[in-house]
Parts: sequence; structure tokens; C-alpha cells
Amino acid sequence: MPGTPSIQRPTQHQFNPYSDNGGTILAIAGADFSIIAGDTRQSEGYNIQTRYAPKVFRLTDRAVLAVNGFAADGNMFVKKVKQRLEWYRHAHAKDMPLRAIARLIQTMLYAQRFFPYYVYNILGGIEEDGSGAVYSFDPVGSYERETCRAAGAAQSLVQPFLDNQVYFKNQVPPPGRAHPTHLPLRDVLDIVIDAFTSATERHIEVGDGLEMYIVLAKGRTLQGVEAAQEISARTDGERVFVLRRDLKKD
Amino acid sequence: MDHFPTNWGRPRNDAFDAYNTYPFHVRPDNGPRDAFADNVQRTQQPIVTGTSVLALKYKDGIMMAADCLASYGSLARFKDIQRLHEVGKFTVIGASGDMSDYQYLQTTLDELLISEEITAADGHSLGPVEIHEYLSRLMYGRRSRLNPLWNSILVGGVKDGKSFLAYVDLLGTTYSSSTLATGYGAYIAQPLLRKAVEGREMDIDENEARKIMTDCLRVLFYRDARSLNKYQIATVTDSGVAISPSMELGTQWGFAEGIRGYGAQTQ
Repeated sequence: MPGTPSIQRPTQHQFNPYSDNGGTILAIAGADFSIIAGDTRQSEGYNIQTRYAPKVFRLTDRAVLAVNGFAADGNMFVKKVKQRLEWYRHAHAKDMPLRAIARLIQTMLYAQRFFPYYVYNILGGIEEDGSGAVYSFDPVGSYERETCRAAGAAQSLVQPFLDNQVYFKNQVPPPGRAHPTHLPLRDVLDIVIDAFTSATERHIEVGDGLEMYIVLAKGRTLQGVEAAQEISARTDGERVFVLRRDLKKD
Repeated sequence: MDHFPTNWGRPRNDAFDAYNTYPFHVRPDNGPRDAFADNVQRTQQPIVTGTSVLALKYKDGIMMAADCLASYGSLARFKDIQRLHEVGKFTVIGASGDMSDYQYLQTTLDELLISEEITAADGHSLGPVEIHEYLSRLMYGRRSRLNPLWNSILVGGVKDGKSFLAYVDLLGTTYSSSTLATGYGAYIAQPLLRKAVEGREMDIDENEARKIMTDCLRVLFYRDARSLNKYQIATVTDSGVAISPSMELGTQWGFAEGIRGYGAQTQ
């Protein structure tokens, strides 16, 4: 090439501060609930490091965060978000609203623009108006509110399925009727479980266990999903539940 | 003395650079400079290395094993090295990777214990959970400064009746599981350990755990060219940490007599 110096430096083995720990996360918002789910396998290359490493975390009674990508960055990021939320609680004597957490996450991610957290975040929960919401982020903080989003190793397997089952893409409604605008909790749970069992079948980095966090708007009940374990701090506002399922371990 | 007047701040009169036309980015930086900054060496690759460390949970607590070899490339350089280290009364750590970084970690942890337990003397002591958290923050901090400690470390222990076993490496990646193995052991020993342990942690007594461990170490010695048939086993139970003296692995090479090569060579 013209202009390039003719002396070539020896190629050096450079330390790579990042890794990919596989796994997949997913969140779907309903009218008055939202579900945030992730598998529990943590892997590196062809190695399964552990069969149980949570990727989904309760932040407040109305917000749940799923992180996927480089696990060390993910854990550190969740730790810092939780710390900021605790400071907020001490300063204002209330939990930070969901949309504010979303903006906080965007600034925290963008602050690391030139040495990013290698993490895809999905934030789910209940908005102040009582509606279910999902916010999805890229590693440097671009974000938007959506109805559903999958991220991680099996994003390319799960997202098209969600587009079809949640957004009714490429589906024609029966004559004289329209597609429903919001799906009921039971249907959404079934979609989530199907998405993960299918991803487990076709992707080697997905499997072992499934954790689904259900966030309910104030006043709404589980209605038939009573197996879920409650982990909310208070039961008179929004409530958070966890539901666990086994996935194939091979 | 900084001889560049533009660096002195706003001049007292506006005779010089009245409108701040001297662009910031071309102002010479004459601040103090580390003359050696370009020559600071960071760990870019491990030099003297230890191979796999294995660990498992069993009925009484945790068991950890490592061989006694520190290699220099393919040279078996030091053959009586301790890779298992007791940290406080409840914890044992085992390291693979760079042995000098590991020795630095041992020193750091011993200093931590002196300041947190002996100096503070407040009746609180560090358990395996705290040691692992400390190590993971240290390792992640070092990787974030692109100056990693080139190790994969297993941390195990028992405190207040709870057993704990976890991993941390040069990237700051952490995880916890009932069986763990670093390095080559992750490929060769981990499947054997999982088959023997997963789901029956509470049924395995010390004798069986020792047998599982030595079997895995033996397979590693047969297959890992950077391993040695001298090893140590550490246990952590309610009654504390016990690291064995170095022991010899029984190996069986009689089958080698009958091998006549592979593939086309049949004679």
C-alpha cells in the first residue's frame, strides 16, 4: 500500500478482555404484566462452565433486568445498577420508576462507550401508568420501548418466532376479526417456554434451566400460574414472581 | 518550569492571546511524565505455568486437587510446587496459569487477612464467599486495566455449615457449580466429575471423593502433557482446612507393551 511504512511489526498476541458466555434472554410485555426470562447455562466455547448462573435479576418490585453477553461485565453491570437504585431509594424514599431505570441504564452504558460492557440488556416491568413494558438496549446504550424482544446466542432463532406469535407477522386474521392487541398471561408463558425449548433443541449454548420472572401490575393476580414463587418486597403494589423450568442438559 | 506561557492560564492582561485563539488541543503538555511508562511490562502471556485444578462438593464439604508441577513451556521446570493455598480458617484456593501471578495473589490475600482479621480483631472472619468476591473484583479490575493476572482460580470452603465452591479467571468471569475444573481438566476431568458427583453431592463420603479425585488426576496425567504424577488434595470441612503432603499417583503402563502404533502400522 502506498504511504504505509515498509517496516512490519511482528504480530503480537494481544490480551482480549472480552469473552462470550452464550445463553439467551427474552422479555414480553402484556397489558398489565410483563415476563422476563433467561436460560441458566453459562458457557465458553464448547465448555459448559455451569448449569446454573442466573441472567435475570429483580431490581425493584416493578423492574426486572436480564443481561446477556460477557458474564463478567454483566454481573458487574447489574451490581452497579442495583447500587444506583439503592442510592435513589435512600435519596427519595421510593423505588425508581421503570422509564427512569431505562434512561439510567442508557447513561451507564454510554458512559463506557469507549470500553463497553459487552452486554445486551433487556429491562422489563410495569410502567407508572400500570402497563407492561419492555425496554431493550444495545451494549453502548441505544434503547427503545417494545412489546417483545429476544437477545443473545439464540436471538436469531427466537425473535422471528416472537414476531410471528406476538406481533402476528405473516398471519392473516379470521375474516371479520382482528388480531388481539394484548395476549393473556397464560399464552405469553406458553410462548416463552416454547421459545426456550425450541432454542435449546437447535442451539448448543442454550439449555439446562429456564428462569421466568413475572411482574404484575398493581391489583392484578397470577390467575392460574400459582406455581410461581413470589419475591416481591411488598404485596400491596406491583408484584414479582419467579417460575423455574428444566431445559435439556445436552 | 513550564516554558510555554499558554499553559500558565489566563494572562493578567489581555496583551497575550486575548481571545483564547490558541486551540486547546495544540497546547503542549508539559506536565510531569513517567519516563518509564513505555517500558512497563504487563503480563501478556503466562511464563511458568501450572495446569488443571479440580474441585468437587461432597457430604462433609469440598475437596480440591492439583498436581505439583510448574512448567516452563513444555519443560517440567519445578516439580514440587504447592498450588493449593489455605486462606484463613475456612477457605482453600487452587490456581492454574501463571505461577508468579499466583504467588502475588497469595501475598495479597495474606495481607488482606492480616488487615481484616488480625488488625481489625472484631470477631468477624473472612469465609470462602468473601475471598471469592474479593478475588473476582481484583481479577476483573486488573482485566479492565488490560493488565490481567493470568490465572484460573478455584475457591472452595465451608463456613457456618455452608459449603461454597466457585471459579474466577483472568477475565473476571465467575461461576459456581458442584464440580469445577480449570484448564485441560475442564475438557478431560469435568465430564468425569459431573458423571460421578452431579445430583448426589450429599451421598459422597470422603473416601469416595478421594477416589473420584485420584481417578480424574490419573486420567489427566495420562493425557495432559503438562501434568505430573505428584499431587496434593485439600479438604475443607466443618473441622477446618487440611492440605495433604504431596503424594504419588499409582499408574499402570503395562498396556503400552502391546501397542504397535496406530493406523497403517500393524506390526
